[in-house]
Amino acid sequence: MASIQIFTSLQYLFNNQTEIELDVANLQQLLTRLPQAYPQCAQEVANGISVAIDGRIVNDAWFTPIEPNSEVVILPRISGG
Amino acid sequence: MSQYKARKFNVVGQRLQRPDGIDKVTGRARYGADMDAAGMLHAKVLRSPHAHARIISIDTSAAAALPGVMAVITRADFPLASGEYIDLLDHCMAGDRALYDGHAVAAVAATSKRLAKQALKLIKVDYELLPHVTDIEAAIAPGAPVIHAGVVGRGVPKGYSDNVTRFRSFGHGDIEAGFQQADVVVERTYRTEATHQGYIEPHACVATMGMDGRGDLWVCTQGHFAIRNMCAAILGMESASLRVTASEIGGGFGGKTTVCIEPLALALAKKSGRAVKLVMTRDEVLRATGPTVSTLMHVKLGMNQAGRITAAYAQLFYQSGAYRGYAADFGAMPAFAPYALENVHTEGFDVMTNRPKSAAYRAPGAPPACYAAESAIDEAAHQLGLDPLAVRLLNAAREGSKSSYGPTYAAHGLVECLQAAQQHPHWRAPLGENMGRGIAAGFWFNFGGDTCVSAFLNPDGSISVSEGNPDIGGSRASISMMVAEEMGIPYEQVRTTVADTGSMGQNEPTHGSRVTFAVGLAAIKSARAIIAEIRHRLAQLWEVDIDSVVWQQGCASCTDPNSEHKAPMDLRQVAAIASNTGGPIGGHHEVNAEGAGVSFGVHIADTEVDPQTGHISIKRYTVIQDAGKAIQPDYVEGQLQGGAVQGIGWALNEEYIYGEDGRLQNSGFLDYRIPVASDLPMIDTVIVEVPNPGHPYGVRGVGETPIVPPLAAVANAVTAATGVRQVHLPMSPPRVLAGLQAK
Amino acid sequence: MQHTHISTTINGQPVEYACANDASLLEVLRDQLGMTGTKEGCGSGDCGACSISLDNRLVCACLVLGVEAQGRHVETIEGMADKNNLHILQTKFLEHAALQCGICTPGILVAARALLAKHPDPTETQVRYWLAGNLCRCTGYDKIIRAVLAAAQAMREEPA
Ligand code: FES
Ligand code: FES
Repeated sequence: MASIQIFTSLQYLFNNQTEIELDVANLQQLLTRLPQAYPQCAQEVANGISVAIDGRIVNDAWFTPIEPNSEVVILPRISGG
Repeated sequence: MSQYKARKFNVVGQRLQRPDGIDKVTGRARYGADMDAAGMLHAKVLRSPHAHARIISIDTSAAAALPGVMAVITRADFPLASGEYIDLLDHCMAGDRALYDGHAVAAVAATSKRLAKQALKLIKVDYELLPHVTDIEAAIAPGAPVIHAGVVGRGVPKGYSDNVTRFRSFGHGDIEAGFQQADVVVERTYRTEATHQGYIEPHACVATMGMDGRGDLWVCTQGHFAIRNMCAAILGMESASLRVTASEIGGGFGGKTTVCIEPLALALAKKSGRAVKLVMTRDEVLRATGPTVSTLMHVKLGMNQAGRITAAYAQLFYQSGAYRGYAADFGAMPAFAPYALENVHTEGFDVMTNRPKSAAYRAPGAPPACYAAESAIDEAAHQLGLDPLAVRLLNAAREGSKSSYGPTYAAHGLVECLQAAQQHPHWRAPLGENMGRGIAAGFWFNFGGDTCVSAFLNPDGSISVSEGNPDIGGSRASISMMVAEEMGIPYEQVRTTVADTGSMGQNEPTHGSRVTFAVGLAAIKSARAIIAEIRHRLAQLWEVDIDSVVWQQGCASCTDPNSEHKAPMDLRQVAAIASNTGGPIGGHHEVNAEGAGVSFGVHIADTEVDPQTGHISIKRYTVIQDAGKAIQPDYVEGQLQGGAVQGIGWALNEEYIYGEDGRLQNSGFLDYRIPVASDLPMIDTVIVEVPNPGHPYGVRGVGETPIVPPLAAVANAVTAATGVRQVHLPMSPPRVLAGLQAK
Repeated sequence: MQHTHISTTINGQPVEYACANDASLLEVLRDQLGMTGTKEGCGSGDCGACSISLDNRLVCACLVLGVEAQGRHVETIEGMADKNNLHILQTKFLEHAALQCGICTPGILVAARALLAKHPDPTETQVRYWLAGNLCRCTGYDKIIRAVLAAAQAMREEPA
């Protein structure tokens, strides 16, 4: 089980939890299972999010591994100028 | 998953000259407006003089009838009606409403610029004026004229007008408890005005469209692949049918990552059957492209006697023009990012107004937030009689600290930057009368993204590298250097070219400080692929195991003691037998380059304030930043200096000024004043190198972070000089004087 | 619009053109003569990207009419290098990495050459004020100023 941190203004889509637990081994599984477990967040996930996995921000790379003790943080989508 | 390996560098780190240098000092380099096509027409755009108006009708018949006019277009010429790209199209060409002063309503292509201009005067637009709002405070108040109804995002708190479309908040801990622990709590409202990226080259393009529906576009852009995708989607073409070639680019800073005139030029080319050139005027650039956000920010910060920040809170409103914005996230996340805080909470709000669609500008969103946050830290330290640099060092985030926006930091160089500031002679230099010193830290995420590089061994042994990112500040040199380093050959043997969209796979634009990091990474891997191929072929040739073929200092040699092939082979020799060993040799790498390391910087500013006029001059300025590894230090310094000076302009003079009528009053370089040479001292730089684990050489992007700290550093310096906390940027003389007089 | 026939000298060579009476010299150079080395950043005399010299006076080509070139000597960036030998200023700009995007560079080089012709030993402040009419958005001016000072020194040491 990886524990996944949710940023404050998104927590209302996760029953106001700051952190949730999901059984996922990579980013793709996370992006698939998040809306399955919390259907309310489907729209946000579809619009695009970034995920910090052990401090590294990942936007799209599905096969980025998530270890059971990885730190996973959901973020708004990161880009730049 | 560290990609980084410590090593000794031969080419990387040297101050080598860029391949496009001679063309750029002799006037030969071709920028957006420097291209002509056979039979080319010239286009001009008619723009709304109103901040907000319903377009009742547009009569183009007289313009179309003018001899020499070959095509006139309005929104009716774009069938796209909904979807992801509709905002972009609407920004390029108004639909049933003009949403800001300068919004395009029609465009003309004619046989000369003069005729095109004349034709614009013949277009009759019937407008019905609507109430407008350009000021952020007015726009968020309930009852304000609403720019777009029905686009308020989920989760936006109640109590605001429907122009507040997005809300994001971040943080951890319990700020109320944190404020209880504080010995001093400071709280203020800060404002910043909108600025423009201010690139010296106006947007320009040349478009052609064949009768077969295939097009070509020459354009100055930060990302020709993005331009292709956007234009193809807006015009209903397949991406493969539109080849986009990036010209040399005369500055972008985030403002040239999107379309503004390109779909119009293509539509005119299609309608007229001729090539069409469209070049913006400076007035159009300022009124209808780019600008950045304006902000309204409330910050509350608690600090204890020891200087520890016990709680930090920021509420940040970002005015982002007439379409949905995305800056609030990028303000709310980085505001307190340099610090390891137990209790922190930040909130960002995106606000729509009757202004042009805001575009990214170097670390979009971060500079204002950093200004407010760093001002508050400064004020608290001052009230407690503490050294502002020591306070920052005490609270600094380190490797393993939880960031204010969530993730735990990997290795980064903030502490090293702060220590470098402490040791820098600037920090101890005496100050004269009416002078003050300010310091600020700043942060940016950096970005990687989709990237393609192809490298080829030419028959003579030289290496050609193709990549897909327009080079704004010397990246072709840096990429060549990394390939030369990896292959163990001289820099001069490698030449890097920016290829068009027909020649490469998808590339993210030159933004997010990504090019040296991501393209560099792909270039290094392309070089490795060439080496692997050479080793494979020579193993076959020498009839030895591939592990016995080693690549060192630009040569392959055989380490198998039983082999008689003792003479090493260099690239020239390998190239000479390429046809015999399987054909041309190349290496390519396509990747979504995740793992861009964050970047921190620390700036020190000395300012002098004229008590009579409120005029501020910058007397000394130092930029210290972690570059991970500086591939070409000149170009890293250039980014640090250029970013700092843009930030100084934001702090001191640059400002979009709107009249009561909602019209932009300063749409030229005379009144929208960017820093000039005589405004500035030399900009000292210190490059700190804490390797990024996500890059083979440790590179971090450096382009954006330098614009983050200057607003705060300069404001803190002026505050120190005047004793008046500077809460509204730019610190134009009248604003500063008013503060002095109120003291 | 009426056109006028003009005979002038550009970078030492005789040039003839007919231009509309209201066309700027910048338009003539760029659009009619294909000399796109001179850049347009504003068209209103505010950015210096179009700097050229007209009878040895530094001017903004966007503020001069094409017809005003009649019988005069125009110098543009294209005439700065002597065939394949770069002018010292050009060399120093490359050595000091005094350009990023390079769009301001032709104008700044032309302006700097005019400065050094008048003041071969300028102070930093002199260089800064002389170039105050040439906007550069990329560099923060630091490396530009250093390159001009280095070129001045090199030119004093071995006059071209
Ligand atoms: S184009 Fe002439 S001064 Fe700007
Ligand atoms: S180098 Fe880009 S404007 Fe000067």
